[in-house]
Amino acid sequence: MIFTLPFTMKNQILGALGEDLVARHIQARGYTLIERNWRIKSGEVDLIAISPENITVFIEVKSRRSRTYGDPLDAIRASKAARLQRLALAWLVLNHKWGDEYRIDCVGVLFDKAGNYEIDYREGVL
Amino acid sequence: MALAKVESVSLNGLSGHAIDIEVDIAEGLPSFTLLGLPDAALSESRERVRSALLNSGLPWPHKKITISLSPAWLPKSGSHFDLPIAIGLLEAQGLISTHRCSSLISLGELGLDGAIRPVRGVLPTLVSALSRGVLSAIVPRANFAEAKVLPDIEVLAFSYLSEVVRYFTTGELPVMEQISVSDSTAEPLNLLDVVGQVPARHALEISAIGSHHLLLIGPPGTGKTMLAERLPSIMPELTDALSLEVSAIHSVAGSLTQRGLLTRTPPFVAPHHTTTTAAMIGGGSHAVRPGAVSLAHGGVLFIDEAPECAAGVLDSLRQPLESGHVTISRSIGTVTYPADFLLVLAANPCPCGKFNGRGRACTCSSMQIRNYLKRFSGPLLDRIDIRTFVEAPTRAEMASEGHGESSEIVRARVLQARLIASDRFAEEGWKVNADIPSRELRGKYRAERGGMSFLHAELEGQRLSARGFHKVLRVAWSIADSKGHMRPTQSDVEDAFALREGTFL
Repeated sequence: MIFTLPFTMKNQILGALGEDLVARHIQARGYTLIERNWRIKSGEVDLIAISPENITVFIEVKSRRSRTYGDPLDAIRASKAARLQRLALAWLVLNHKWGDEYRIDCVGVLFDKAGNYEIDYREGVL
Repeated sequence: MALAKVESVSLNGLSGHAIDIEVDIAEGLPSFTLLGLPDAALSESRERVRSALLNSGLPWPHKKITISLSPAWLPKSGSHFDLPIAIGLLEAQGLISTHRCSSLISLGELGLDGAIRPVRGVLPTLVSALSRGVLSAIVPRANFAEAKVLPDIEVLAFSYLSEVVRYFTTGELPVMEQISVSDSTAEPLNLLDVVGQVPARHALEISAIGSHHLLLIGPPGTGKTMLAERLPSIMPELTDALSLEVSAIHSVAGSLTQRGLLTRTPPFVAPHHTTTTAAMIGGGSHAVRPGAVSLAHGGVLFIDEAPECAAGVLDSLRQPLESGHVTISRSIGTVTYPADFLLVLAANPCPCGKFNGRGRACTCSSMQIRNYLKRFSGPLLDRIDIRTFVEAPTRAEMASEGHGESSEIVRARVLQARLIASDRFAEEGWKVNADIPSRELRGKYRAERGGMSFLHAELEGQRLSARGFHKVLRVAWSIADSKGHMRPTQSDVEDAFALREGTFL
């Protein structure tokens, strides 16, 4: 390779890869993916899906190459959690689903050097 | 199993409260919640336990961890919950099972490397656990000797968290080199070192016999401190129960290593005259620690330069002097510590210290001299039975090769006299002469006729107050005991009267 990608770019690729893996993971379990990287001014939701029980599920994916800086899910702090709640409600309002049942899931994806990965799926944590 | 329960103890003064530590590991985002009114040191526990587990090669669950210390209403403090929290976390993850031990408590602070650090108050903690039927205890290795004092409890001592895990998984205990419980080896102070000072020696001996509080007045450098320091060496040794109690207090205060475990010598505590009330009677905002009065329990509390103390500090001694214990109230609760001590106050005769009634060296005005010793409040002086002047040793005394009696000889006499007194008081509610109630001193415990009429004459001549009347009689009983008299004679009473030389007070 003649040039190396900027570091942040590599992380973005990693994040997108993690989101892909999680999308496949939930589709295999009967979820219908309806949005990817849904973005408004105040932020972004990685994945939005409809569960087999017909619940709208908002999914935050955190990808890491190692646990050196803690578990991937440790990165979700109180402020992030509050933003996810706000975004979920905004999406529901904009899509005329206000008042419907919804759920927020958080997923940690941990890659190792060999390219193997591990999905840590936490349902309804917020 | 995602739920585990471990037991420990929270100390309030010397009495313990059983604490159940429940650890719940639930699905959810990684979080750590500690419930049950933890103080700052306890809240920091999370970081210590996390590092200790990881650095011991043990897993930290990246889940929703909830730890509840119940009863929830009791404010809890201290780092000794680290170890039970760590054990609970391991058990909740299914890595160990504590069912090997029934009725187990654990306590210990964790280092970031997984070392188990010593904590304060192990002795009183185990005493209270024992009374609730706890059979075994996990303690830090450094507290082993202290915990081992109680024969009825199985003590498991560990230096590292990994050793605890090994014990619970394989039953293997770490090899412990036997360390002998060494008595404090320092040569005890002896009255042999004191040159001259015949009247002061006598006052010390009578004070030790009857537990009479003592005021030493004398110019600087005459040996007031030297004398007071040697008072414990002529007092009776502590009984088993008392020495356990004293060790428990020092364990809570964290001064057990200086004093030595179960030491028989009565403690000697000398707070500086700038000390605060909290340091004197005990205090602290999170956990109420014992003060100087409690550290001196069973022994001597010596305050040098006593008139220089803040007025409130000296007066705070009144409650413990009266009741033999001290009760401290804080927002987190009320704590009572034992505080039954022999008070020795030392004072210069005047602000410049050189006044001795005859020399010209003193530069103080007569008003200054009078006001100086007035700093002692009446109610405090009321509790002090003996006041004695300590004069500088004469040239002849300093030059002489001979020395006074040794502590051993004096103590033999003290013990003999105390024996007589305890026989006499077998059916009374008190043990020493200083505690004879005033009413009894005019009735059952009168002096001989000559002694009583001497005192009445002094009272008449206004050389003695009603308060002083009773004090002289109490001291006279101690003198009578030292001489083997059945009842204080006139000379005993006159002798006792002389021990109150500072009658201008």
